[in-house]
Formats: sequence, C-alpha cells, structure tokens
Amino acid sequence: MKTLAQRLKNRYGYAMTVLRGLVKTDFKMRYQGSFLGVAWSVLKPLMLFCVMYLVFAKFLRMDDGTPTFPVVLLLGISSWQFVTETVGIGLRSIVDRGDLLRKVHFPNYIVVVSASVGSLISLGINYVVVLVFALFSHVQFTWRVLLVPINVAELYIIALSMALILATCYVYFRDVAHIWEVLQQIIFYAMPIIYPLSYVIDKGGTLAQLAKLELLNPIAQAIQDIRHNLIAPETQPTIWNTFDSWWLKSIPLVLTALLLWFGIYIFRRNSRKFAEVM
Amino acid sequence: MSEAGESQELESVTIDNYESQPVVLDVEHVDKWFKLPTEQATGLKQAFINWTKGIKGYKQQQVLKDVSFQVHRGEFFGIVGRNGGGKSTLLKIISQIYYPNRGSVNVSGKLVPFIELGVGFNPELTGRENVYLNGALLGFTREQVDDMYDEIVEFAELEDFMDQKLKNYSSGMQVRLAFSVAIKAQGDILVLDEVLAVGDEAFQRKCDDYFAKIRQDPTKTVILVTHDMNAIKRYCTRAMFIQDGEVTAIGDRETVAESYTLANLEAERKEEKLKAERARKSGQKVYPNGLNERCPVLRTYAISPLVMTSDQIFRFAVEYEFNETDDFYLAIALHDIRRGGITFDTGAHNPKLHLTKKGHHTVYFEMPLHLFNNGEFRLFTSLRTPIPGNTDTTDMVAVALDDNACTFAIRDPRNMDYALINTRVMSIEPISKEDAERGAAQQ
Repeated sequence: MKTLAQRLKNRYGYAMTVLRGLVKTDFKMRYQGSFLGVAWSVLKPLMLFCVMYLVFAKFLRMDDGTPTFPVVLLLGISSWQFVTETVGIGLRSIVDRGDLLRKVHFPNYIVVVSASVGSLISLGINYVVVLVFALFSHVQFTWRVLLVPINVAELYIIALSMALILATCYVYFRDVAHIWEVLQQIIFYAMPIIYPLSYVIDKGGTLAQLAKLELLNPIAQAIQDIRHNLIAPETQPTIWNTFDSWWLKSIPLVLTALLLWFGIYIFRRNSRKFAEVM
Repeated sequence: MSEAGESQELESVTIDNYESQPVVLDVEHVDKWFKLPTEQATGLKQAFINWTKGIKGYKQQQVLKDVSFQVHRGEFFGIVGRNGGGKSTLLKIISQIYYPNRGSVNVSGKLVPFIELGVGFNPELTGRENVYLNGALLGFTREQVDDMYDEIVEFAELEDFMDQKLKNYSSGMQVRLAFSVAIKAQGDILVLDEVLAVGDEAFQRKCDDYFAKIRQDPTKTVILVTHDMNAIKRYCTRAMFIQDGEVTAIGDRETVAESYTLANLEAERKEEKLKAERARKSGQKVYPNGLNERCPVLRTYAISPLVMTSDQIFRFAVEYEFNETDDFYLAIALHDIRRGGITFDTGAHNPKLHLTKKGHHTVYFEMPLHLFNNGEFRLFTSLRTPIPGNTDTTDMVAVALDDNACTFAIRDPRNMDYALINTRVMSIEPISKEDAERGAAQQ
C-alpha cells in the first residue's frame, strides 16, 4: 500500500504542485481589482437566474407548476454554466499559457485541468446558493442526495473531456473558439434546462415524443440526475424513469466514456507538439 | 548546510578529471526539424484549401543535425553559438520542452531549466507569491520552496519588498528576484540561457562569486548557453560551439573560444564582402556610413590573421580614394570593444600618416601587440585635410566605420582577460618605506 502511495506521489507529485500553484493564481486573478471581489461568483449566477426566471417562468409561463421550479431552474443554470466555463476557459488555456509551455517542461494537461478546477470551485459556490434557496422553498431532501456527487463527477468528466478535445484543436485552428460558441447555444437549447421537459411533451404532437431523446445527451442526463436527486425526485424526469430499454439508458454513459477516452487520446497524442506549434 | 560542507571537501571537477564523474546528461544523435508555414493564414479554411490542393502548407527546416555530447556531474558546461545557430532549440530539447525528431536525451537527476527568467511571474501577485508560483512551476513543493525562500530573498536583496505586488517593482528588481530563484533553486542540473547580464554592478559581482562557488561544487552541474565568450571563459570547465545546428567544436574552453571568435569574425568579413558586391552590382552611389562623395572609398582591413597572440605584429591595410589634393592625413584609432574606450590614437596630423598621393590607393601598416592582454579590438581610420592657418588639428573628410573598420582579436594563453595591459610589460613592484619616501621627495 505504501509503495503504491509512494509511486503515485512520484508520478503525480509534480503535477499536483503545479496544479495547486496555477489554480491558486487563477482564483486570485479572476476577480482581481473588482470592487466586490469573490462575491461576483455568487452574484453572477444569481442575476442570470433572475432574468431567466422572470422571462421563462413568469412571462412565458413555461414552468411545470411545482413550487420547486425556481430552485430547479437555478440548479440547472449553474450546472450548465459550469460546463460552458470549463470548456470556454479550458479551450483557450493551452494557447493562453503558451509562454509557460514554451519555457518549462510540465505535463500540459495540468493547464486544462487547472481551468476546470477553477470552474469547479465556482460550481461549489453556486451550489451553496442553490441549497440556501432550496431550504427557503421547503425542499424535502431524500437519501438520493448521496448520489449527487456521482452525477457531478460525470458532469465534470464530460466538461473536462470536451475541454481537452477543443483545446487541442484550438492550438491548430483558432476557428474552434467561434464554432464552440455556436455549438454551445445549440446544446443549451437542446436540453431541458430553461424549459421543463414536461412542458414540451404536454404540448403533444409528433415532436413531443422526440423531446424525450434530449435526455440521451450525457450533459442533459447528468444535469437532470442532479436535479432529480438533489431537489425534486417527483417532478424531474431522468433517463432512468423515462426509458425502459437498457440499451437506451446506457447511451449517455457510453457516450461519456467515449468522450473521456477520445479527449485523453487526442490530447496526449498532440501535447508533445504544443510548444512548437503555438 | 552539512551537505555543502561535505561537498567542499570533495575535489572539484576540472577539465582533467571530469571523465571520472558519472554522466548526468547524455545527448545522442539528436536531429530536429521545424515546420515553417509557407501560407500566411492559419485557419480551418486555409487548411481545407491546402488539403484540396494537396499543398503541404509548410516547409521543413533542419535546425539540429546529429548533435551528440555528454555532460558529467559537477561540470560547468558552456554552449556557445551565434544567433539562429540552434543553441536555444538544443536547450529546449534538453529541457524536454521540444522533442527531438531523432536521437535521445537522457537526464539523471533533477534538471531545472531557465529558458527565461521569471517564468509565470504575475505582476498582480506579491513577490512572495511569485516565488512560490515560480518554484512550483520548476517542480518544487511548498516545503522545498520554504527551505530556499530566505536565501532567495537575501540574494535578491529584496527583504523589504516581498509583500509588495510585482507590478510595483522596478524592472531591475524583478530581474533580480527571478535570477535569485534561478540560481538558488536546489536542482542537480541547472540549465541557464543567456541570463548573466542582469542587475547592477554589485549584483553582477555577486553572481560572479556565486558561479565561481558553484564551479567548485562537484555535485552541481550547470549548463550555460550564451553568445558571450567571456562568460564561457570565466566560468566553464568545458564548452561546445554549435554552428548551423552542428557541433563545430567541443572541448576545453580555449579551443572553443578561439573557434567561436574566428567564426564570428569570418562571418562579419563575409557580410562585408557581400554588401560591397551588392553595392557594386546596383551601381548606385550610396555611400556607407561615414563616407561621402569627396571620399567614396576608405576601408581598413586585416592582412594578418584575425586572431593573434601578444608577441605577434598585426599588419593591416587602408584603402582610400581621394582626389581633391595631394596633401592629407590618415588618423587611426584603436578601439577596445569589450572594455570600451580608445586604447591608442595616432593623432589628427601625424607626420608618419601624411599622404601625398591622391587617387585610389592602398597603404600598409603594422602595429605591435605585446602590450595588450586578450580582447577584441577595432581599428577606425579617418581621412583628414589640413586647415589653412591652423596647425592644431585637421579637418575630417571621411571615416571608416562599421564594415569598413577592421576587427581583430588577441588570444594568448599567457594573457589575462580582465585588464588591458598585460603583466609582462607592466608591473607593480613592492619597495621599502625608505625607498618610497626618498623617491617621493626627489619628485
């Protein structure tokens, strides 16, 4: 056991040291010079949430009529924001840290991971806000809360894999940043985040049944699982209670695993050349 | 500290015994190619167009050709080369930032690279935070940086500023801090890239002392990349000269220094010729710096080899074209490039340099070198006409500068590098108190 720990330390000790240094610096820099400082990481999702809530729940009346809908909305938005932040910052991280990579040799995946850890910290802060709201709206927590870390881990893996893939592409083609911006919008509206899935299904029509397929998207599946397990087991549909066939249920997980494999593969294959290509 | 004490008892590594030490860096047959893009744009569109047209979009350039060498423990190993010679690429390959296309690099021990000072320094962080961040990037844990911290701060002489943000430092202070991290870093192999010219004179001296000390330490290996020959001669046990991606010379520093100086002077000479030829071809009346239509040609060039010893006599020629009068002077000044200042000047109307033949001619001169220590020197020649009614000075018509001046070097194993005049022609003698007083009274 001890030798294994030792070996792990030898192998990843340096990476961890660098990671800690970078994450700390990034976090210090993020709100550097702003008047409210770290408070922005709470205020930003809160403000966005207010706008979304007013537009979709109050004006457009897209809510599902349950009292927990505002909290569910907030939870979904902050989870999605974690994904966009991780991919958005991670995508540029290799190029942004180019001066570093050209001057010291260190495992360059650290740069992408440090971006994702930074977003993970924001996510943690956001979830605290969500929990406070949840307590105010008398949410009944169940044992399913214990499953949430697993779902968050899945979301993290998806975001990190995408960041690894896009960061690699970005080194060669700067077009990727623009492509991602468009893609990000498409993915966002193709998931039941600002609208409840039931809202689409209840409208009926041929497309209603297809709406269920949105849950096959691993990001949607993970976010719905988080909502289901943390806040509203009764009202939030997940892939597990929507489909019966096992192979349909396994699609998001398989996709996640594939994404992770591909991300690591493509990044490792190219990372030796980053310092030269940039 | 006990470690340092022990290491001083061990014999330091010199040119004679380095081979008995284990090899810590082994570079074997390293080749490196770079892809240089031939198209301007880099984007998906361009990549697609290139792909459809079957264009590669880049051309290969070989920057390192079959480079092999070994560095032993405790050595102070220098790598010199001119700009673009491939030395920085080699350094990045040693530091594992670039990967060789062929061959291998084996390192044993902790290698700390300093391709640039202050990697990752962030102006918004304090000095202290920057030291820790920089340390982390170089692979030191918090505890290890804790151990080095006081020494680093002390060496940088920045005790009072460590809690200030880096952006409030002067540039000199930033460099000092970065340099201190670099040389206090507790690695086995230190890789330094042209970082010696930093800080004020006092700090320079401190670095000098430190390098002298590290040279004595048989556990520390330093690889220094520079184009400054003097740094190599001051610190290194062995050196290597790399030119156009190939190892041209490797071995003791004198040999390497000589071949480097020679290569430099030769390159200069080649460039001169090229320029002259180009000017001749274009047929334009463009005069080099210092010359004009009154005197279109004035050139000083060496007849002797460009690298001399002190007991030799340097012979050179001055070529001129001047058609106005048969009564004019040449004035020649000897400039010491490294130490600065005019070492010798013939004066503006030296009768030995009074010329009486107008037209396009060449005159020859010689000059003994026995007074001087090692150095790089340059001869400037000016052409002057007398001023009627003024016997104090003459009027300068043209001066041979840049490519028209003649550069040469003195390299002599009996010489020293620091002072201009050598100890064989000049000395300071001890005398008794009585002699001193008597002598002074007689003056």
